[in-house]
Amino acid sequence: MNFKKTYTKQFILLSVLLVLLSILNISSGSVSIPLDEILTIIFGGGSAKDSWETIILNFRVPKAITAILVGSGLSISGLLMQTLFRNPLAGPFVLGISSGASLGVALLILGSSAFGGYFLTVSFSSWGIAIAASAGSFLVLSAVIIAAQKVRNTMSILIIGLMFGSFTGAVISVLSYFSEAQQIQQYVFWSFGSLGNLTWNEITIFFSIYLVGMCGVFTIIKPLNSFLLGENYAKSLGINVKQSRIIILIITSLLTGVITAFSGPIAFIGLAVPHIAKLIFTTSNHKILIPATAITGAIILLICDIIAQVPTSEFTLPINAITSLLGAPVVIWLLIRKKKIYV
Amino acid sequence: MNSINPHIVLNTEDLAIGYQQKKEHKTVADNINLSIQKGKFIALLGKNGIGKSTLIRTISKVQNPLKGTIFLNKKDLSNYTNKELATKLSLVLTERLPESQLTVFELVALGRQPYTNWVDKISKKDQEKIDWAIQLTEIEHLKNNRFYELSDGQLQRVLIARALAQDTEIIILDEPTAHLDMHHTYKIFNLLKRLVVNTKKTIIISTHQINLALEIVDELIVMNSDLIVSGETQKIIDSDALSTLFPKEILNFNKKLRQFTINKDN
Repeated sequence: MNFKKTYTKQFILLSVLLVLLSILNISSGSVSIPLDEILTIIFGGGSAKDSWETIILNFRVPKAITAILVGSGLSISGLLMQTLFRNPLAGPFVLGISSGASLGVALLILGSSAFGGYFLTVSFSSWGIAIAASAGSFLVLSAVIIAAQKVRNTMSILIIGLMFGSFTGAVISVLSYFSEAQQIQQYVFWSFGSLGNLTWNEITIFFSIYLVGMCGVFTIIKPLNSFLLGENYAKSLGINVKQSRIIILIITSLLTGVITAFSGPIAFIGLAVPHIAKLIFTTSNHKILIPATAITGAIILLICDIIAQVPTSEFTLPINAITSLLGAPVVIWLLIRKKKIYV
Repeated sequence: MNSINPHIVLNTEDLAIGYQQKKEHKTVADNINLSIQKGKFIALLGKNGIGKSTLIRTISKVQNPLKGTIFLNKKDLSNYTNKELATKLSLVLTERLPESQLTVFELVALGRQPYTNWVDKISKKDQEKIDWAIQLTEIEHLKNNRFYELSDGQLQRVLIARALAQDTEIIILDEPTAHLDMHHTYKIFNLLKRLVVNTKKTIIISTHQINLALEIVDELIVMNSDLIVSGETQKIIDSDALSTLFPKEILNFNKKLRQFTINKDN
């Protein structure tokens, strides 16, 4: 579909916003560093203070990159789920996929103490957590999909997703009960969500998996668009519905899994951002929506992270709390507003 | 191809349709032997629940036959890939479209998917076909509207335009006038008739508008519980096929009036 003319303005605006917010994000933190110093450090120049260089290059830049990857990746996952389930309330969180990832990580961290430190060596490697989270999210997503094929009603599918969420939550509680305080603390901190603490090495791993998922997304623009008419029409347009559905699910679990692994479960971004992108771009065409949702997601998580720093203070709030604080009102507002449009 | 040996686009041999529930076959209708000629307007008649939708879903490969074979241009339907079939046969279904912000133009443009590249880029030829479909269905003024803003009658024209843009020999419509008043029902029938005459496409519809169908369509397929009859409209009227469509105590087919009348004695 051809719309280039209409959307260039929004894309340019959002891209400029993304760059500005990235710089603002890097400049905010407990140690205040002048903006011109920040820019020289980023563009490879030295700095008056070595400590500033370390803070910027080893802490703040990786954190900003993580925010961009997490924000865009989760938003894209949400968009894919909403199109696949043809339900505006679908998202990695509501469908229990994030809970699946949490379960995977909980089994690794808490299980290692519950089962006598058997996996202890694995649990501390980022690869171990990444694999556990991806496997967990894929498992729950597959279960939701199998259920989705038995019940056609999308409302039931969402309820099933929520049930999986509570189920995994309960399993995690049981595991916690048998675990040692240290492991529980490690798991709780992981579940607060965090964009920082990633080394460049880990970011490379993160980015590689993210890139695979994102490249995959661009190959399924056509099936995603055909799903806007429902599965029967999609099939009559020559789309291999089953295969496309599986690809969508693999990409979603890959993105959600790797993100949850490296930054913990981050709520609401996946549900709320696609709606915000749809409001800004007023289109359902995935050729536009995919990049639009990715940029919007990155921007919103950068904002959330700036707020989480609590500017001019020593505190850093859990990012997971900020996204929900911001996300929940947005979803409520959307539902109220939507009623006006459709009725 | 001449008039003695007409061009058959779609035919069925000993077709049985229905559903497979676990290991049991639930047959809806069997012994279906149809042969549909190119460039005809065909109406599929039958009472509620007799299996019209099942037949439509089966000949359009949405579901598989229980038995027998369907031939599209003399080739077994099961040998077509989805993509190949999408260039031969298009559908207008009764199901509601999921919520989205698609505009009328975008919705019609989706009909070009079997021909577009991997990012759905609209070529010059695609654009021409879309414009042609929009023009034929007289929906130019709605082009930039969102589809959820349309009335049922307008939406039906847009869905027909989408099927036209798909550029197939056969278009199958499942109860295209289900929610429409008499005036809009007539307009849809009239539009479909014009499309058959002007584009030489084969159009098959299932409908409950029997009286209107008898006036407009070229051929009928009449589904009764034990027998499926098909043929030219006049021949079917002259036979007794229509009189068995509904219980005789309530509805009678009047051959002279070419319509059903209600038995007042009841």
